[in-house]
Amino acid sequence: MPQLTLTLNGQAQSLEVEANTLLLDLLRERFRLTGSHRGCDTAQCGACTVRVNGQASKACNLLALQCEGATVQTVEGLRPDGADWHPMQLAFSQHHGLQCGFCTPGMLMRACAMADEGCPPERAAVRQGLAGNLCRCTGYEGIVDAVCAGLRSLQEGEPRAAL
Amino acid sequence: MPSAPGCAACRKGSPVQPFEYCRPASVAEALALLREGVDAKLLAGGQSLLASMKLGLMAPERLIDIARLPDLRGLELSGGRLQLGAMLSHGELAAAPALRAFAPGLAQLAGHIADAQVRSRGTLGGSLANADPAACWSAGVMALGATLRSDRREIPADEFFAGLFSTALEPDELLCGLSLPRPRRFAYLKFEQPASRFALVGVAIAQFEDGRVRLALNGTAQGVLRLPEFERALERDFSPAALRGLRVDEALMSSDLHAGADYRAHLAAVLARRLLTRMLETPI
Repeated sequence: MPQLTLTLNGQAQSLEVEANTLLLDLLRERFRLTGSHRGCDTAQCGACTVRVNGQASKACNLLALQCEGATVQTVEGLRPDGADWHPMQLAFSQHHGLQCGFCTPGMLMRACAMADEGCPPERAAVRQGLAGNLCRCTGYEGIVDAVCAGLRSLQEGEPRAAL
Repeated sequence: MPSAPGCAACRKGSPVQPFEYCRPASVAEALALLREGVDAKLLAGGQSLLASMKLGLMAPERLIDIARLPDLRGLELSGGRLQLGAMLSHGELAAAPALRAFAPGLAQLAGHIADAQVRSRGTLGGSLANADPAACWSAGVMALGATLRSDRREIPADEFFAGLFSTALEPDELLCGLSLPRPRRFAYLKFEQPASRFALVGVAIAQFEDGRVRLALNGTAQGVLRLPEFERALERDFSPAALRGLRVDEALMSSDLHAGADYRAHLAAVLARRLLTRMLETPI
């Protein structure tokens, strides 16, 4: 069986995986990281979004083996045990950025990637950046508010040029 | 607790048929793996291939992952042309200063393919080799008259696309990259199917310093096509007025539950005029 080595939520992992294992199944079934959700399972809804080497990617449409040597972060990695809530999670809580919560982990991971991409905390830019994340509750107003607030919080103190 | 049969959320095991996974270290090694007589497919970003395999539409015995091959990831200006490696992702190309300076409209095309997550994995070469009739790259590459480069030859864009999901590539041929001539102006406009964000119809227009114009249309029944009548009209007068009265033949267009051929044909002509208006408003 092929060998896979990756850094998952800050921890080095080395394991054998079947070649046809999707990253999402690896996370959910092998590591029991069930925060990454299987929604549409066709790379449209974004509920399975995780970060691979910092880039938001849809884990339902990626082989685990494509992540050889990569750094993978899931929503569980935003708040390691005992740590404070991540600023983006706080913003979702404060701005009612969720209703049922199913899409939320994917929204959070994409929003954190947007912060690193220098996305300005403006509604139009945030909507464009979240194009690959769908909310079946259609709670987009609160989600966009939350991401704008989260981006401001994460980018505070950054030089203006980074925005 | 037993899981409900057929419930995707509770499934055990992979929806993808088993296969052998190979990660070659060079193009030569990739080609050797491709020629061993097993049913092998090249894996780039996998954004179309893995989706097809999950649906059972494809079940190759071997996947050859070429996404990280350094020889397929170059991006450089040489001899007045821009050379792009096939394994550059849509996201990398959208952000690449060299492409944004050379043909800003092509960087914009890259930045509006699907969504950010898909753009981080999907590649230029993967999209071109897949030749989805609604793919944005196909229209851009065709309008610019790019030259595609494989492991063994150069193929002009006009000879590369061969219909729906079909190209001039041989089964054991590997697309390495392409080279672009510098356009005077280039832009692309699509009308998105809102769920998939694929183009229902897209129009790409390139105008060159010598006055030549190439116009490519996607979302047709034959993949990407040029519209010579539109091109000649725009060579005489590069303005929306020059297209007045010109129609796209609905027999060229595809028809499905998202849009009929008559609607797509109408949309194509509207998009061409809108795109020209936008191009003329943008300073060169």
